[in-house]
Amino acid sequence: MSELLAKAERLLERATGAEQIEVFVSSGVDTEVRAYQGALENLSSATSSGIGIRVLRDGAGGAQVGTAWVGSLDDDAIDEALAEARDNVRFATEDEFIAFARPDGVAPVTLQLSDDSVTSTPLDQKISMALDLERMVRNGDKRIRQVDSADYSDYVAEAAIVSTAGIRASYARSGAYVSVEAIANDGADDQTGWGLSAGRAPGDLDISVAAGDAILRATRMLGAVKPSSMKCTAVFDPRSAATLLSIIGGACSGEAVVRGRSFFANRIGEMVASSMFTLLDDPTDPRHFMASVFDGEGLACRRNVMIEDGQLRAFVYDTVSARRAGTASTGSAVRGGIAGSPSAGCRALQLLPGDIDQAEIFRRVGNGVYVESLMGVHSGVNPISGDFSVGVTGLMIRDGQLAEPVREITVASTLQRMLLDVIHVGNDVEWLPGSAAGQTVAIEGIALSGS
Amino acid sequence: MNSTLVEKDVLERVLGEAMGRGGEFAEVFVEDRTTSSATLDQRRVEELSSGRDRGAGIRVVVGDTTGFAHTADLSERGLLAAAQAAAAVARGGGDGVREIALGALADHPTRATTLPGDVDKARKIELLMHADDVARSEGSSITQVQIGLGDSTRRFVVANSEGVFATDHQVRTRFNISCVAKGDTGMQTGYRPVAGTRGFELLSNEAVADAARGAARQAITKLDARPAPSGDLPVVLAGGSGGILFHEACGHGLEADAILKQASVYAGKVGEQVASPLVTLVDDGTVAGEWGYLALDDEGRPGSRNVLIENGVLTDYMWDYLRARKEGRASSGNGRRQSYQYLPMVRMTNTYLLQGDSDADEIIAQTPRGVYVAQLGGGQVNTATGDFVFGMTAAFMIENGRITAPLRDCNLIGNGPDVLQRVDAVATDFSMTPGTCGKDGQSVPVGTGQATMRLSGVTIGGAA
Repeated sequence: MSELLAKAERLLERATGAEQIEVFVSSGVDTEVRAYQGALENLSSATSSGIGIRVLRDGAGGAQVGTAWVGSLDDDAIDEALAEARDNVRFATEDEFIAFARPDGVAPVTLQLSDDSVTSTPLDQKISMALDLERMVRNGDKRIRQVDSADYSDYVAEAAIVSTAGIRASYARSGAYVSVEAIANDGADDQTGWGLSAGRAPGDLDISVAAGDAILRATRMLGAVKPSSMKCTAVFDPRSAATLLSIIGGACSGEAVVRGRSFFANRIGEMVASSMFTLLDDPTDPRHFMASVFDGEGLACRRNVMIEDGQLRAFVYDTVSARRAGTASTGSAVRGGIAGSPSAGCRALQLLPGDIDQAEIFRRVGNGVYVESLMGVHSGVNPISGDFSVGVTGLMIRDGQLAEPVREITVASTLQRMLLDVIHVGNDVEWLPGSAAGQTVAIEGIALSGS
Repeated sequence: MNSTLVEKDVLERVLGEAMGRGGEFAEVFVEDRTTSSATLDQRRVEELSSGRDRGAGIRVVVGDTTGFAHTADLSERGLLAAAQAAAAVARGGGDGVREIALGALADHPTRATTLPGDVDKARKIELLMHADDVARSEGSSITQVQIGLGDSTRRFVVANSEGVFATDHQVRTRFNISCVAKGDTGMQTGYRPVAGTRGFELLSNEAVADAARGAARQAITKLDARPAPSGDLPVVLAGGSGGILFHEACGHGLEADAILKQASVYAGKVGEQVASPLVTLVDDGTVAGEWGYLALDDEGRPGSRNVLIENGVLTDYMWDYLRARKEGRASSGNGRRQSYQYLPMVRMTNTYLLQGDSDADEIIAQTPRGVYVAQLGGGQVNTATGDFVFGMTAAFMIENGRITAPLRDCNLIGNGPDVLQRVDAVATDFSMTPGTCGKDGQSVPVGTGQATMRLSGVTIGGAA
């Protein structure tokens, strides 16, 4: 760690005159194992590192910024990147709102996000987990005819963000996952299901959970039919609800708002959702898979509530979008690795749980559709207009119970309408890998397109 | 820059090390990629960014197992260490270093005429501003314009234990523009990409102005859009708009990795009628200048033209080295990887439906009620079941044989084998569209294409 931080800080000493420099540096080790039909199919191991440099220059009409990155920590490569970033600055438009983050006095929380056992666990043990997972699914149900991937993967990474504006942040994190995809066949048709288990270290993983989920999801979809079109209540399972929350979180980005690309713009204070809907972004919650100490600009992460009891309360900001909106950063800068620049976004979304479980939600809904997977989310959701239309697979709900499986259908509405139409929020929170946790959520008035 | 990135004798020693523990096949892939991008948002040049990534990926195959390691350290020591890591899957086999001799380097110079590094950055800014001016001149309802410009120069050398020793120099340039129009009913978006395996010559003032006008008009038109219908309707796909349907609906299911794992609805169906006789589907890495063009695939195999479905009959799948080796045949030039940090796998290049002989206007006139799709967004497929979705980002109703009201964005959903049977007319106005294909966490540039065509029925996922 000290080595990365030292390397980044040495670069700051090269800032000249009115120039400011921000350096993001990271390095990591990854392992990936894939099992197939009782044998090891792929084993990958890799070490990677890189650096992203932003150079800022103040001028009469505001500041300009230029960036460059390189996938190496060699001195020559870093010199080349610094020169490129400096050259790029000249072409940017001067903008009074452009600035680097400055320390804001918010103290970072203490979180243990890295586990040494990722490194100390023998490779053979990791390989065994993938092999065991594959075997468990293959032998778990006679209708499973194929396990097309059974993977174990892990990483340890460390990163530092420093700038001449006074930022000095560094952190380490690790992660371990198993995931499996199964194909079931009952003599007539094929159906697929996938399962996963995730944690910060191999010891956190439960391969039987991943295996059981894949088997259940694949086998209970067998015999799926295409129902006729109707208006009904859709009950989203925790995974698909997490996907919905990520989309809603995107509309809460202060950057989307100041750019006029959010359907929430100018609606602070309005009831935008059902009163049982409280959405927050809280990277300081250690239960969240994406818990973080620092944001993408090196400010302390903090708890932000965007929608409270259905009322739109606040957006999340990074430094530049906050300045444009006349407010302060909420510690919500996200950045896509060394090649990405900071932007405002949510990283650890959660919906406050309701007080009933999934079975009770089914009972109260009575009749509807249970959505187990979403397809075409990137093409079927327009975060600006709010138009929503995605492919789904799942099961019908009849008389409060899961009934026949259904496929080749879409559910459609608008995001604005869906938020207001939330009728139940479950207490069954799953801390999924990704930017949102999820639980069962029921939404009425959805248009289901079938035959 | 050294034309081979790493000297031949070093590659020979690294391959020898990789094979030394009983490997049956070893490969070194050395890559040096420089990229640059610029964005214009609300007439502000927000950021110019430059990037460089250089490193090597080494794989060793033993039986059905592949070992892989990558490194950014291109010194002989760094490469040898990666070779040993990749070779670790060959447990206990072999007795040390093997002798590997490579022949002469097969070179593939780029056909780009204006290399990205030779373009003045000020010229790029001028082009962005020009496109912005054109888009805004389409109407006062255009409230936002966002434009991206990017290029990448990718040189790689691939050498393997079977004597392949080749290099390619791939230059790609892209431009994309998004417009937002604001009206009484809310905001609507329009989008146009221009992209090719070409240099900056791709982006004339006229080419970017066309794209800008198209994106702006699309957003403005959609202000009057009504909710799309829901249920089964005939769909006419405009020329160039719907290639992604074939990419998703059957292309992915024809990739040999899915076939060999029996994870595709098309497994075991070569020689069978899988589509309407109007369907002849080709994957073609040789279409010079197209976004999915490649002189060499990422395993050193020349790109080639492969007929996958001919007059509705399945003729062949797409193959990479590993899958072809298992079947004792040759790769079809479809082994691709996002970068040196990834294992290659079977990927499409430019996938298109050959044109037919109908007239595009006639097809519309002969459709009493249906949906006309002018542009598709992304899509997704489950290769095991064949179920797919894709998004309509510009669509209209067809009523009484005429194109009428614009429709709000929504998804189409269908099943690949089923929809292939439903192609009932194909016109002559063929054109192609660039796109990015994601699979197993890796993205690669691909082209898709078709002429105006009709599907007798597809499920429209609207809310009306």
